[in-house]
Amino acid sequence: MDYFLSEEQQMIVDVARQITEERIIPQRAELDEKEEFPVDILKAIAQADLFGLYIPEEYGGFGGGSFDIVLALEEFGRGCVGIATAFAANALGAYPILISGSEELKQKYLPDIASGAKYAAFALTEANAGSDASGIQTTAVLDGDHWVLNGSKQWITNGGEANIYTVIAITDRAKGPRGATMFVVEDTDPGFSYGAKEKKLGIRASSTRELVFKDCRIPKDRVIGRVGTGFITVMRTLDLSRPGIASLGVGLGQAALDEAVRYAKQRVQFGKPIISFQAVQHMLADMAIQVEASRALVYATARNLDVNKSGVSKISSMCKVMATDMAMKVTTDAVQILAGYGYMREYPVEKMMRDAKILQIYEGTNQIQRNVIGQELNKEYINK
Amino acid sequence: MKIFVCVKQVPDAKDVRLDPKTNTLAREGVESIMNPYDRHALEEAVRLKEAHGGTVTVLSMGPPQAEATLREAVSCGADEMVLASDRAFAGADTWATTYTLSMAIRKLGGADLILCGKQAIDGDTAQVGPGLAERMNMPCITYVRKVVAVADGAIRVERMMDDGYDLVEAELPALLTVVKEINEPRIPSLKGKMKAKKQQLVMLSAADIEADPDQLGLKGSPTQVVRVFAPEMRGERAMIEGTVDEQVAALAARLEAIL
Ligand SMILES: Cc1cc2nc3c(=O)[nH]c(=O)nc-3n(C[C@H](O)[C@H](O)[C@H](O)COP(=O)(O)OP(=O)(O)OC[C@H]3O[C@@H](n4cnc5c(N)ncnc54)[C@H](O)[C@@H]3O)c2cc1C
Repeated sequence: MDYFLSEEQQMIVDVARQITEERIIPQRAELDEKEEFPVDILKAIAQADLFGLYIPEEYGGFGGGSFDIVLALEEFGRGCVGIATAFAANALGAYPILISGSEELKQKYLPDIASGAKYAAFALTEANAGSDASGIQTTAVLDGDHWVLNGSKQWITNGGEANIYTVIAITDRAKGPRGATMFVVEDTDPGFSYGAKEKKLGIRASSTRELVFKDCRIPKDRVIGRVGTGFITVMRTLDLSRPGIASLGVGLGQAALDEAVRYAKQRVQFGKPIISFQAVQHMLADMAIQVEASRALVYATARNLDVNKSGVSKISSMCKVMATDMAMKVTTDAVQILAGYGYMREYPVEKMMRDAKILQIYEGTNQIQRNVIGQELNKEYINK
Repeated sequence: MKIFVCVKQVPDAKDVRLDPKTNTLAREGVESIMNPYDRHALEEAVRLKEAHGGTVTVLSMGPPQAEATLREAVSCGADEMVLASDRAFAGADTWATTYTLSMAIRKLGGADLILCGKQAIDGDTAQVGPGLAERMNMPCITYVRKVVAVADGAIRVERMMDDGYDLVEAELPALLTVVKEINEPRIPSLKGKMKAKKQQLVMLSAADIEADPDQLGLKGSPTQVVRVFAPEMRGERAMIEGTVDEQVAALAARLEAIL
């Protein structure tokens, strides 16, 4: 399908595709097997100027938006969702600064994120606060010219690898939803350390770790936005980042479809290539329909986000649900079509199926996305 | 430092065929790429520029289509691109090619360092690098696998050998031909691609480089291609079995029989 990309957008796709073909695909199985962080690949992505895609030019970026990052992420997702997650988490970590940060914070942190010189991460989840973000217990207390953080964050992507962490903590419990604030914590700050690296089902090239704050002292000016606006920044961050996760689903679904069609044409049973069996053809047809429909919704959403800054939660959640449920279904079907071979690590589809699962969980489970969509519908129809 | 990189557009080796009638490479329908060794030469040039300052100019002698390869080189970090293109250049062997390239480089003010791939994957002669060095009156170091240092008007490099490496130093200006081991070429960057799109192509004709027409193209090429063919597989193959001692004895006996 022709999506009428501009010349610039086509260049983004071409650069990301070359990295995917030449660097990501040849290394993905080994990095998955060894659970190894993709340092060299991230360097190649940085050298190709893609770390700064969505960062304004005045901070050393390319000055693009959601649609630009979505195009790149789709290509990386086609190669490896683990490596793509390690890359995408930088944007998730940078968005709070971009959305709510002061001019000083932007100048201080965004250029290094845009060049890929420093990695970023986003820290919301805690042991007792997953879907229910209001349950966070990490605290920040003002002490003279410093904030002092205590508590821990769980399952943080790029934990231990990133240099810049955007962290939400309770600053005034009595104020409820207006009692949390976001901060920038640097890897070298005193009182900041990491827990063990998690062992995972999929996206094993990405690093997932606990962050521990023990009387972690950071300068007062590390507050992102105003004190008490933490949850607003978090919600706006996730609105922006969800189409990115959705595009990983599109890329992954496309990759699984490609593998399944190629295999079905060449695998012979009962004297014929299995693609000649209608049962297989129909599965492939359904996979192709779902991939293309998801892509269309993700692109439309990203283009919308580049124009409309508010009222985007519903579409952002819709594309995340559709594309990631699709990725789970399509990768599962790809394994079914490759059957025994598909189940073996020798072929790439078992990894695709393992990698797909996380897309339905992180950045808000798909149940939570449906809650958001339902609540928005309820609001929209109030006067109708 | 003024660095020149000589690049050639070649048919993608993945689908090279010989035209059985003309015994030349069948180029129709075959995708063109930058000669893979030249990608390494370009990468090294860009790294040297990043470390020591200067400019990187990519130069190709070829048909107008070679522009695509030059633009790719700019997207990977080259500053200038020059295409020596003229009907008079057609049919050049390595002798005429080095003449043309040397005249072009002179016309452009000369070079402190010239980098070439060790050979082109279509002709596979590995002659253009050394030949060009001779024409430019420069020292030539072939099979470079590492640039160790550039200082005080000299360059020190490692030359890949079967049994190790040679450490060689040459005064600048010099010409190096590089092997793949020297580096991993970068993928074109977004800014590089945008620059490549806008970059002005410098075209040089035979007249522009003030060449002697008798030394150009087919006319200036002493090489005579008598026949091009795929060598037939010959010779018997035998498996020697048994314990190691038995195998060694059997092999020795066979060798003795031949000698
Ligand atoms: C690999 C990985 C990387 C991650 N990276 C990050 C990161 O970088 N930064 C970060 O902050 N977090 C990160 N997370 C955390 C992730 O965002 C959470 O796991 C996710 O939000 C869900 O929280 P939970 O796992 O605690 O599930 P729970 O909230 O305990 O949910 C359990 C189940 O109940 C359902 N459920 C819960 N509440 C409701 C409800 N109200 N209505 C309907 N269903 C409901 C959920 O959908 C789910 O099926 C990561 C997680 C993983 C696994």
